[in-house]
Amino acid sequence: MRRRVFGIIRKEFIHIFRDVRTLLILIAMPIMMIVLYGYAITLDIRNIAFAVIDNANTAQSRELIDRFAENDFFILNEGAYTAQDVDRLFAERTVSFVLVFGKDFQHEIIERGSADLQLLIDASDSNVGTYINNYATEIINKYNTSINRVLPMAFTVEPRILYNPSLESSLFFVPGLVALILMLISALLTSITISREKETGTMEQILVSPVRPIEILIGKVVPYIALGLFNAAMILVFAKILFAIPFQGSLWLLFLLTLVYVFTALAFGLMISTVAPNQMAAMLMTLMATILPTIMLSGFIFPIASMPDILQYISTVIPATHYLKIIRGILLKGVGLESLYLPAIILTAIGVFLVAVASKRFNTTLEG
Amino acid sequence: MSLPVTVSGFSKSYGEVQAVKELSMDVSPGELFGLIGPDGAGKTTTMRTLVTLLRADSGKISIGDYDAETHVREIRSIVGYMPQRFSLYPDLSIDQNLNFFADLFNVPKDEIPKRKERLYRFSRLEEFADRLAGRLSGGMKQKLALSCTLIHDPSVLVLDEPTTGVDPVSRNEFWNILAELKQQGVTIIVSTPYMDEALKCDRVSIMHNGAVLAAGKPDELTDLHEPQLFELITGDIVSTTHILSAEPDVISVQGFGDSVHIAVAPDISSDSLESTVSASLQREVTLKQITPTLEDVFIHLVNEGSRDDG
Repeated sequence: MRRRVFGIIRKEFIHIFRDVRTLLILIAMPIMMIVLYGYAITLDIRNIAFAVIDNANTAQSRELIDRFAENDFFILNEGAYTAQDVDRLFAERTVSFVLVFGKDFQHEIIERGSADLQLLIDASDSNVGTYINNYATEIINKYNTSINRVLPMAFTVEPRILYNPSLESSLFFVPGLVALILMLISALLTSITISREKETGTMEQILVSPVRPIEILIGKVVPYIALGLFNAAMILVFAKILFAIPFQGSLWLLFLLTLVYVFTALAFGLMISTVAPNQMAAMLMTLMATILPTIMLSGFIFPIASMPDILQYISTVIPATHYLKIIRGILLKGVGLESLYLPAIILTAIGVFLVAVASKRFNTTLEG
Repeated sequence: MSLPVTVSGFSKSYGEVQAVKELSMDVSPGELFGLIGPDGAGKTTTMRTLVTLLRADSGKISIGDYDAETHVREIRSIVGYMPQRFSLYPDLSIDQNLNFFADLFNVPKDEIPKRKERLYRFSRLEEFADRLAGRLSGGMKQKLALSCTLIHDPSVLVLDEPTTGVDPVSRNEFWNILAELKQQGVTIIVSTPYMDEALKCDRVSIMHNGAVLAAGKPDELTDLHEPQLFELITGDIVSTTHILSAEPDVISVQGFGDSVHIAVAPDISSDSLESTVSASLQREVTLKQITPTLEDVFIHLVNEGSRDDG
């Protein structure tokens, strides 16, 4: 038993190190993915252009405009516009919102104690629209209270934002990316390694030996666990350097649980390889079966709690769902095994189940 | 230890296609047994079932005391099998390929150097031990493949067209190795498309359409050729074949290089044929009676088989 497993492991390592090109792809691809996706996928909203139609042109209107212009989120388009320009500004996407001051802005404040201010928002992107509305309202409210201290508020809210104080969405996405990339690469590795042997005919050669399915599977998984962990370490280093992801919790724990996740992903690849007739099919099946579910249903972007029930059930069998809890928990919150044992156990169970299925399905004959 | 191989009433089909029907053969311990037959005759199916890679639909196959149906792992550990399309790992060296198969078959660690030395001796691959298998010539690849098949000292060797596409010198060398293995008592079952190789077997089975047409020692098989056989050397094989095929007495005409072999029913005299051909070609020709070769028998049987089918 041990002889045969070690024999296969040794052979796989020779394959890995002999094929430098593939090895480079394995190393370069995750880095490329994390850089590309890390910068492309962001919910942070910055540099939103806005224009002002300042019919009042008073100290107060200018002060409010300054409040809008002086933060990172909004950029003032300095042009002088009138009400007729609004449609064109939105149509040409020059700005995303327009502030309109009435001619009697100051007069009304002094006479009536209150004035109307118009905020026109381009909500063709509903997320951005909502964001502008919230943020603009907040700026205006603050300005309001600063110039009008007559009415004290009954209570005020002092939010304290934990784990991601500056609310950077990369802190949320990058751990998800780690999960996605590891899943994809690991599953690809094992699904291809077995289907390649089927395709070139070497599998026929292995099968006529007294080797057991489980021995082949273990022999195939072990070398790629090492490779997968190396990949994981590299991705995390890049995540740390490029996106300043904090490492709050225990690195050892993260490493251990990442090992479990890589194992599960490899087992998934094994299962695909027992079905796929050749490398091409294995690759396509792996891409289909890993990318979409991992992105859509694992909580990578969309919160699981707001999904329909049926999708919530599905999400529990997706390994990334559990790994996301682990990696976000450890990296951002610094939690320990005492809060992560459940996802860790589920992940292990999924992995063991997949290996069992693969081993059961693994055909040691050439019968279709 | 030499083991016999017994196949009785073996049938196998792939869906609608019956690949082998009711095949039986007995290979004695230490025998060099040949399977010859055209593509699609069922040779590969038979061999794969022998080594438990396929399951028989019906019939019984046994190697020594082991039944192919129930003793899969035992059979796999005593049989060496070289598929038609033997694939080595091109990115592993000769030495690494051998080591891998030694591990796979659980060859005792201290035995490995001795085994390798022996295999290197007859394959003469030792000086290339560190060369990648992908960079070997066709003949060397076949020898390495055979070496990998032999690393666990199998009692029975099953070789599916091992020399197809290999140069004549390497082929000859390969068969010398087989002769040596036979002397050591290994039972060998080999399929081949080459008649000269079939002659080197102790016995052969001629297969066609999933059935054995004839089996026996190569020189006995030639007795199965009932018609008389004549050889005719002409400059124009195409028209000669054409003329002869039209003759009612001619059973078959087969081109062999620059001559044709003409099979004629036993009681017919060659004189009339001679004059017909001479007249058509407008020159004198002589038919020479010859003893049938294994190839003639093979073609004769296959043709007869096809006629029976059709």
